Amino acid sequence: MTEQTFIACHECDLLQQFKPPPLDGSARCPRCGAVLHRSKRDSLNRTLALNLAGLILFAVANAFPFLAFEMQGQVTQTRLFTGVSDLYQQGMWGLAALVLLTTIIVPAVQLTLMLYMLVPLKVGRAPQHLAGVLRLLQNLTPWGMMEVFMLGILVSVVKLAGMATIVPGLALWAFGLLIFVLAAAAASLDPHLIWEKVRYVS
Amino acid sequence: MKPWPPSAARQSLISCLSCELLSKAPVNLDDHLRMRCPRCGATLHARKPNSLARTWALVIAAFIFYIPANVLPIMTVTSLGKTQSDTIMSGVAYLLLHGMWPLALLIFFASVVVPLLKLVILVYLLISVQLRSRWRPRDRTRLYRITEAVGRWSMVDIYVVTILVALVHLGNLATIRAEVGAVFFGAVVVITIFAALTFDPRLIWDRLEQPHE
Repeated sequence: MTEQTFIACHECDLLQQFKPPPLDGSARCPRCGAVLHRSKRDSLNRTLALNLAGLILFAVANAFPFLAFEMQGQVTQTRLFTGVSDLYQQGMWGLAALVLLTTIIVPAVQLTLMLYMLVPLKVGRAPQHLAGVLRLLQNLTPWGMMEVFMLGILVSVVKLAGMATIVPGLALWAFGLLIFVLAAAAASLDPHLIWEKVRYVS
Repeated sequence: MKPWPPSAARQSLISCLSCELLSKAPVNLDDHLRMRCPRCGATLHARKPNSLARTWALVIAAFIFYIPANVLPIMTVTSLGKTQSDTIMSGVAYLLLHGMWPLALLIFFASVVVPLLKLVILVYLLISVQLRSRWRPRDRTRLYRITEAVGRWSMVDIYVVTILVALVHLGNLATIRAEVGAVFFGAVVVITIFAALTFDPRLIWDRLEQPHE
């Protein structure tokens, strides 16, 4: 297979020679300024490590209560899933589904698929359906909204702080860390590196 | 402006939006319908299919939903027998009155300004492409990029409602219910994300390659 020498910008379709970006830098389209490629030192290892950490943090964030709310002696504890099930019980199944998808299902699928893809690549094999998995991961990107949810938590805490005592739970710290780990994992992945390992379908 | 070499499409090449592989466009038009990338299997299109019509449809739908999303209450607080419904704007006003103006500003931006701005920018981009504008394509592409990146943050109000509903149910003491405005608001966010995905920024540049008439 020959190395790909020409690419077209995905935002303006300018045909250009593929120039590998400088290490830890990015290559931009000279015409529209779109980021074409990023290069990361040790991309595979870093992404793998960050995703492993992410999966553990995600499990903790889901298993433990992230906030407790105390008002006149009554305490409510909340897990990530509590909000979804409460919305569902109030008949807001559309909202419940939207929150479930963007904060639990999509991140879980992303973390799992990343490991499915990266572990075999690490030991030098290409996993089955590699192209399809990477494509799915790219399509899921807009729908994982953990960092927005984190902002939602902060806003809620400030809003309620005046009327009751808010006790942060273990999951909240895991959640806070998870945001940074996920962002770092997304930034350390170099998809170009993986596409080169995909064998042609035909 | 210095002349650029022709785009990939002009040279009968189709770039895969997933894996960036360039493929030769088929000569036979019928083959265009279901052409797949030989490397990753994604469906290939020289440009996103029906991009303008689809984006217009989604933008109009989002505009329609934007009205009930802002007029109808997004949640109801019942506390010691008193019931109070909040719309997005009354929530912002509440925060302002209680001195939490940074938070008020944040929610106002994320829930009111961002969705509206996103829709206005998409409408502008659609119209500019349809009028074959040649004006500042680089900046228009940047506008598109911002629209694509910033839309997700509008979800913050949906999450706040979710968390409040989960935290505050203390029977007669205090209960919070989500209301139908939140459903419309969630729909606006989802529809505008789809609208940004269906718009093809390459159309902005195609207009520059067509010679002056």
